[in-house]
Amino acid sequence: MPAMPLLDIKNLSVEFTTRAGTFRAVDGIDLTVDEGEVVGIVGESGSGKSVTSLAVMGLLGSNGTVVADRMHFGGKDLLAMSPSQRRKITGKDVAMVFQEPMTSLNPCFTVGFQIMETLKVHEGLSGKALRNRAIELLEQVGIPAPESRLSAFPHQLSGGMNQRVMIAIAIACNPRLLVADEPTTALDVTIQKQILDLLVRLQKERGMALILITHDMGVVAETAQRVVVMYAGQVAETRPVDALFKAPRHPYTGALLDALPERALGKRRLPTIPGVVPGIGDRPQGCLFNPRCRFANDRCRIERPALFDVDAGKARCFYPLADAPVGAGEVL
Amino acid sequence: MTTPTTTGVPETLPAASPPVSQPPHPLVEFWYHFRQNKGAMAGLAVILLIAVVALFAELVAPHDPNIQYRDAILVPPVWQEGGRWAFLLGTDDIGRDMLSRLIFGARLSMMIGLIVVTLSLAVGLALGMIAGFFGGVTDALVMRLMDILLSLPSLLLAVVVAAILGPGLVNAMLAVSIVVIPHYARLTRAAVMAETNKDYVVASRVAGAGPLRLMLVVILPNCVAPLIVQATLGFSTAILDAAALGFLGLGAQPPTPEWGTMLASSLQFLQRAPWVVTWPGVAILVTVLAFNLLGDGLRDALDPKLKR
Amino acid sequence: MLRFILTRVSLVIPTFLGVTFLTFLLIRLVPGDPIEVRVGERGIPPERLLELRHELGLDRPLWHQFLDYIGGVLQGDLGVSLVTRNSVFSEFVTLFPATLELAALAMLFATVVGLPAGIIAAVRRGSIFDHGVMGISLTGYSMPIFWWGLLLILFFSVGLGWTPVSGRLDLLYYVEPVTGFMLIDTLMAGEYGAFWSALHHLILPMIVLGTVPLAVVARMTRSAMLEVLGEDYIRTAKAKGLAGKRVIGMHALRNALIPVVTVIGLQVGTLLGGAILTETIFSWPGVGKWLIESINRRDYPALQGGVLLIATTVMTVNLLVDVLYGVLNPRIRHSR
Repeated sequence: MPAMPLLDIKNLSVEFTTRAGTFRAVDGIDLTVDEGEVVGIVGESGSGKSVTSLAVMGLLGSNGTVVADRMHFGGKDLLAMSPSQRRKITGKDVAMVFQEPMTSLNPCFTVGFQIMETLKVHEGLSGKALRNRAIELLEQVGIPAPESRLSAFPHQLSGGMNQRVMIAIAIACNPRLLVADEPTTALDVTIQKQILDLLVRLQKERGMALILITHDMGVVAETAQRVVVMYAGQVAETRPVDALFKAPRHPYTGALLDALPERALGKRRLPTIPGVVPGIGDRPQGCLFNPRCRFANDRCRIERPALFDVDAGKARCFYPLADAPVGAGEVL
Repeated sequence: MTTPTTTGVPETLPAASPPVSQPPHPLVEFWYHFRQNKGAMAGLAVILLIAVVALFAELVAPHDPNIQYRDAILVPPVWQEGGRWAFLLGTDDIGRDMLSRLIFGARLSMMIGLIVVTLSLAVGLALGMIAGFFGGVTDALVMRLMDILLSLPSLLLAVVVAAILGPGLVNAMLAVSIVVIPHYARLTRAAVMAETNKDYVVASRVAGAGPLRLMLVVILPNCVAPLIVQATLGFSTAILDAAALGFLGLGAQPPTPEWGTMLASSLQFLQRAPWVVTWPGVAILVTVLAFNLLGDGLRDALDPKLKR
Repeated sequence: MLRFILTRVSLVIPTFLGVTFLTFLLIRLVPGDPIEVRVGERGIPPERLLELRHELGLDRPLWHQFLDYIGGVLQGDLGVSLVTRNSVFSEFVTLFPATLELAALAMLFATVVGLPAGIIAAVRRGSIFDHGVMGISLTGYSMPIFWWGLLLILFFSVGLGWTPVSGRLDLLYYVEPVTGFMLIDTLMAGEYGAFWSALHHLILPMIVLGTVPLAVVARMTRSAMLEVLGEDYIRTAKAKGLAGKRVIGMHALRNALIPVVTVIGLQVGTLLGGAILTETIFSWPGVGKWLIESINRRDYPALQGGVLLIATTVMTVNLLVDVLYGVLNPRIRHSR
């Protein structure tokens, strides 16, 4: 019998009530993360990947309704917890790093205060021990001269530095799961790599699980062990990273891979996926991807596919792609 | 082949693409947002009512506001003991009908609001445009002057101006107008400076539009929204401040049925006949509140940032 | 930080000079010759008039007179009241604590009630409480405070007899003015009965004067909190597992306070203007009532001096608020 996963989510849905009606941002997804595993969640903007992570953290506002058959963390039912029980886990055992480092830190408090706050609340540290731990954390995330940075305000640091501070806050209490929501998107290209390497290094050193949310397939290829591809609030495909990159089964995954510049070498134009993710009121009948799918036929336009078993994982498609996907043929 | 048919595009496009909807006319959209604000609608209704009453004061008022009924001094409102149907809201200390005086007072207050807003808006707009458009020394001079006016509490400034000019309704209106000019000037200047560097203004400038045309035809229409809001709120300030001046004896003089003046001249009857003090105040509060509700509603409906 | 303060101060100086010039002009704008205004209706022989004009320097060019005036102002010489023959400055200084005490309590009242009301309204956006706060504060904002004061007197003083109608202290008591602040003076003298009496006298004027600032503070706090609550760093604070109280009371409020403090500072002008009305209604012996009396007595030097001193007070407070803004907002403090 395999060990119980660290995070175990079954049939999670998130709905938002707006003036225009109810909008289902996440639609019945399953997600498991094992202890020490790196899972990449990939999708375009609006695919529901950020909302999923916020639901895991319990950070959705009052207009977001979370429903799930099961949502367990470390064997405990997250949905059955009282808000104060939940807060004991949030920020301690599950921590999160956000997309915008410049706005995610409170501009009125020093970096040191914001790191020590977490340690004080969850670990009960104080005084010299608290300060030393904060310095140690800043060192671990690669911030030079950490003692002097404790008294710096976020606006005095660069975006990359702020993201390191965010990471320091997130790992302060040795979380078992770190959720990183597009941690490098807002940063300069040169800094992106550094932050990503830092995350991977910390994950390995500490053996914590990592959910890496991104729209960048290349990032996933370098870091993740397993990939969840999301489309319009649903899981389109979920498989181990090697298998997925070698032979994507869902046409959407295939199209995402084709859009990678390194796979489009020799082509005159970078392939793109026409259209956008369906929004609040324009969800098509049948497969949600059918309006943008090259292979869609009448069945795809009428019937909505379930998640079918494919080799080493699942894909939500009636006609999974064969081993040598069209379009990827010119590569390799 | 007269009827062109759709070409043979395979049906990979969404089967039912939604019909392309025309964006609604800005005024229609504005009205749609405004109508949902119940407070603003209530304010608008009250203002319209007061405006109609003020306009037809002679027809609506049961009595002449200045006739003194010697046999009806300090008659209480009709629902109190001793009240008379002839004087619905009672009479004052020299036997004048309260309701009629309030109705004619409404005319005065609306007029005060209209004149003050027009005057201050015109001057403030001109100053703000000049400052924002020409910049440099002109801008610095105008805005320093506005800073000086703003550094004095507005009521104090109005009191001082009224004291210099001498008491009276016209002088009170002038005083209040001067006090609020800086608000319009600052608003206009900010809007003009924000618009001046936009491409469409540069384009008209390149096309040879003169400064006057640029200011009035090109830039002005684009900063109207905040000015409308400010002008609406300006009505309430004007009515409130003019009434305060009247109360202090520096505004309209008795027997003018101005609400603030009415309050001041009936102060000694506060205990004996509370109604002579109550009604003018209620009239001021309701009118000012209505304009503030309307102004808030206009701001919400006109400000695209707050639109959901 | 020092540079920041110095910059602010240097920006105020031209405004101060402008206000001084304006008040200098004030007495000259009043219809009639300043001397004739001073001697009143008794009249004066023409040669004496010329003499007086020379004595007072009124025959010198305007800019020269202005320099003299500024020189006087900087030494605290604001002329002499026509009615009492006292120095305008010393009259103002004697009366000012009464106004300051009232204004400070009114601001305290407005902040203590308005800040929590605005915070709760923002946190429970759309609730009945929110609608109630917004409705009441808009009404308060629209209130003609001179009428509001009369209503409160009618109800609490005349009707219920709970509070006195006017003045600062019962005639039973006499307390030697040391600071001029009645609450402090009575305590220093150990007269607790007098202290309660002073407090009683303060309640209604405080509420009346504090009504408009209360409305402004509540509305501003609500909108500032609403804006801040949508910021990314609030989400971060929640992601740290902090309790709601700490997220709102610390992370959100600390940021929302920046605009709120500015607004509170700007209310000082409103307070000193409103003091004119409040003091008139409650016969409060402060500078507001004194100014109106000066106008009625055509005591123009007193009016001139009073206006300048009040304007200076407002400018000083605004300057302090500016500095405080820098203290509260690290982005400003460090960038200049």
